[in-house]
Amino acid sequence: MHGTQVHDTQQPVISVRNLWKVFGPKAARVPGSAELGALSRRELMDRTGCTAAVRDIDFDVAPGEVFVVMGLSGSGKSTLVRCLTRLVEPTAGEVIFEGEDILACDPKRLRDLRRHKFAMVFQHFGLLPHRCVVDNVAYGLEIRGVAKAERTKRAKEVIELVGLGGYEMSYPDQLSGGMQQRVGLARALAVDPDVLLFDEPFSALDPLIRRDMQSEVIRLHREVGKTMVFITHDLSEALKLGDRILIMRDGALVQIGTGDELVAAPADDYVRDFVRDVPRSHVLTLKWIMRPPRDDDPLDGPELGPDVVVREATRSVLAAEKPVKVVRDGELLGIVGDEEILSVIAGGSDS
Amino acid sequence: MAATSSSPVSRTLPRVHIVVRDRGRIVLGILAVWLLLWVFLRGMHTLALGGAQLTSVHHWFNNLNDVIGANRNSNPVFLYFFNYIRLFVDEFVIFVQSVIAQPSFGRPLPLIGWLGVVALVGFVSYAVANIRVAVLATAGFFVLGLQGLWRESMDTLALTLAAVIISLVIGIPLGIWAGLSDRFARLITPVLDFMQIMPSFVYLAPLTLFFLIGPASATIATLIYAAPPVIRLTAHGIRSAPHDTVEAGESLGSTRTQMLTKVLLPAAKRTIVLGVNQTIMAALAMVTIAALIDAPGLGKTVIKALQTLDVGTAFNAGLAIVVMAIVLDRVTTAAADRGRRRPNRIVLLAGAAATVFAIWLSYTYLWAAEFDARLDIGSTIVLWAGEATDWVQSTLAPVTNGIKDAFTWVLIDPLQALLADSPWWLVAVAIVAISVVIGSVRAAIVSAVCLGLLVATGLWSDGMTTLASTLVATVFTMVIGVVVGVWMGRSQRADRVIRPVLDAAQTMPAFVYLVPFLALFAASRFTAIAAAVVYAAPVAVKIVADGIRGVSATTVEAAVASGSSTWQTITKVQLPMSVRALTLATNQGLIYVLSMVVVGGLVGAGALGYDVVAGFSQGQLYGKGLAAGIAIVLLGVMLDRLTQAAANRTQRGGSR
Repeated sequence: MHGTQVHDTQQPVISVRNLWKVFGPKAARVPGSAELGALSRRELMDRTGCTAAVRDIDFDVAPGEVFVVMGLSGSGKSTLVRCLTRLVEPTAGEVIFEGEDILACDPKRLRDLRRHKFAMVFQHFGLLPHRCVVDNVAYGLEIRGVAKAERTKRAKEVIELVGLGGYEMSYPDQLSGGMQQRVGLARALAVDPDVLLFDEPFSALDPLIRRDMQSEVIRLHREVGKTMVFITHDLSEALKLGDRILIMRDGALVQIGTGDELVAAPADDYVRDFVRDVPRSHVLTLKWIMRPPRDDDPLDGPELGPDVVVREATRSVLAAEKPVKVVRDGELLGIVGDEEILSVIAGGSDS
Repeated sequence: MAATSSSPVSRTLPRVHIVVRDRGRIVLGILAVWLLLWVFLRGMHTLALGGAQLTSVHHWFNNLNDVIGANRNSNPVFLYFFNYIRLFVDEFVIFVQSVIAQPSFGRPLPLIGWLGVVALVGFVSYAVANIRVAVLATAGFFVLGLQGLWRESMDTLALTLAAVIISLVIGIPLGIWAGLSDRFARLITPVLDFMQIMPSFVYLAPLTLFFLIGPASATIATLIYAAPPVIRLTAHGIRSAPHDTVEAGESLGSTRTQMLTKVLLPAAKRTIVLGVNQTIMAALAMVTIAALIDAPGLGKTVIKALQTLDVGTAFNAGLAIVVMAIVLDRVTTAAADRGRRRPNRIVLLAGAAATVFAIWLSYTYLWAAEFDARLDIGSTIVLWAGEATDWVQSTLAPVTNGIKDAFTWVLIDPLQALLADSPWWLVAVAIVAISVVIGSVRAAIVSAVCLGLLVATGLWSDGMTTLASTLVATVFTMVIGVVVGVWMGRSQRADRVIRPVLDAAQTMPAFVYLVPFLALFAASRFTAIAAAVVYAAPVAVKIVADGIRGVSATTVEAAVASGSSTWQTITKVQLPMSVRALTLATNQGLIYVLSMVVVGGLVGAGALGYDVVAGFSQGQLYGKGLAAGIAIVLLGVMLDRLTQAAANRTQRGGSR
């Protein structure tokens, strides 16, 4: 999954332009004003009594992509994802979904979009406690007006898909947290949406279960191929799941890029700080550590692609007598020797 | 009530101590000056009024009553508004009565006889709750028949049901509205607060002005008293639906109606059923009290017996009220707690068939319609209770009289002398001054206005007597509240044992408490005070216990770790940190005590309570009774505002 680029030729599923969400009195004046927009969070609060949860954010999400929004708590990431379907009404900006401006939709159209195009998975699951699993999963279909037999059939399929077969008649409070979140996932999948939104879905789960659920999402993504927007505060989760990652701080965008781009070329100290503890050999690919060939390099060593992760290349590079050539489409891009590999593995601090 | 406080915020601690000590000293100073002046001025300007004496205000109320009576059928407001309400409510009550309680449709008996009612009660209990409470309900209603009080019980039930049905029809939609709309919630909350601080008693008098004495007034009074809990709890249930769940419903594209019917109401269902439970219990309590304005049923039997000091009969009827309260409470509580278990459908169908058959039997055959008088344990209960009372009063008299006299002599008399024998202006100045010190300037203004109006009602002296009883009872309530509350707050086991008892005690109508105390202490002020303490203690105990429990476990652990003894932990950590709960408990205790002290007018407490009761029974005292009702409200508002202000003040850490 890693390294998937946004293909310029492809129409993005979601385009967000200049999106603002300001909480507080007379919030609408903040996005329009260059002066207020430039203030820090504290200054803005003192001056206007407003908080800008989302500041002037732009990004595109490509079809089939897993797009991760990452930031610490309070950075505005949950607000951002809620702005996409107007669970939180944005203050200014554009959200274009398949060519349609969501912010311009009337309530009926918006409801239709929520019923058919989007589905969301919540941090605390948001299940209906008075309904059993199958009725929870079928809820989205029920409010659309799907007949009972049909929606139950569909719900059972999805329950099977998320590995909850046999628990159809259980109630949420009889299930573990991980299982409850599978129900939340199934409910989202049941309506067969174009886009799945995840709001820190695994933060409330134990580490082991979290890992299971992450693998589950990767598996489901492979099987059903939905576009996903995934919110998390956990960098390793972001790196594991995300094709691309958007890092937010105080409501503003700090950097967008693939995992290896963030680790290898952080945009500023904030991001650098963030990625400091990441095991670099797990994320960086050869293209980030190769060096230009020198005249005395023997050029008859083994060949590897530029997108091979360092960890996977380690054994072959160290085993080879001669430095490894990094080659794409027959073109020699660079050279990787023992020294380059070891500096990454030994935790060489900077690139 | 003296506000002792210290703030958990250590930064403000030193200052708070100074302020608190000062405040206590100022209050003591005011009391000392008052006492000193009392010695010289006692007996002057006391505004005392004899039992049959009336003031111009009372005459004016009498006239008002006459004028309204004369124009009831010509004034358009009455013709097209009040009379229609009365007519509708009357018809509804009579309809319910005709089904289960009173002869109707040309029959000598109601439509459904005892067998039918018992079967129906059992079936409904099973359908909404479970088999255990169904058995309890069936047995309970059978006991009502055995007590020889079937018709009275059914009258009480019919009135309660009528009031509850109207309460729910009005209350649940209002509650939903208040749950969805912040603006409406802001509008209705103060109204509900006011409805709840008024002693149930005082609704009665003004209502009779508009709806006459009789079942309509009784039912309307009941529904005013009983509707607030279901409105409040419905709104609360809707508001506390889990945020994620609501958002999930929204994100899937629910319409507003779908949101309400599929997400909010199901999520709030348990809370709403609890509201229904409280509404039913409030309605039952009020229906028994409404006997004072001629509502039929068990309450009437109790009142008649109390007025003739016939403890045996009062006990039997009081027991019937308790039985009915237990049945209604258990069934509705079990309905709220049932969760997802559904009753077996086959059993349900069979039960329905059997119930229909029993109803048919009770419609057709006399033995199933009228409870067999030979199966009577009621007269035995009356006899035994009467004999037991006689025995207690003749044998234990030295003990009970000793207790009674000691309390009366040491506490009640001196306080009453201070309040009622001082010149009215002295009392007023002292109370306003104390309001400023322990409450706020606003509370003092409220106190001044209330006291001024109290003078205007012409019942100052009676008001002070009632206030004295209320204060004594509140002090005892708080002593019990703190001791038991601390015990419960500290011991899980004590809580487990005591809490169900308190819950049960709280569901009992106020009336019932008078009977045993009447047996022990005969008719006196002390009897009413003792009953009031027992009536008000459960709510105070619970609030204190919750407050103590709410103190952060870490703080308590830190205190213990630094070597505090149990006593030190309680007095230096747990009580100061739950000072908010203590003032709240005082506030609630006062309200409960006041309403009970007033009901105590029936058993010799005299003063305002007696004025109200006398107003219902004697035409020329109607105006005085109405004024007494107003005086009670004034006292209630004053005490409530003052304790609320004191509570808010302690909450702010006492700094001002």
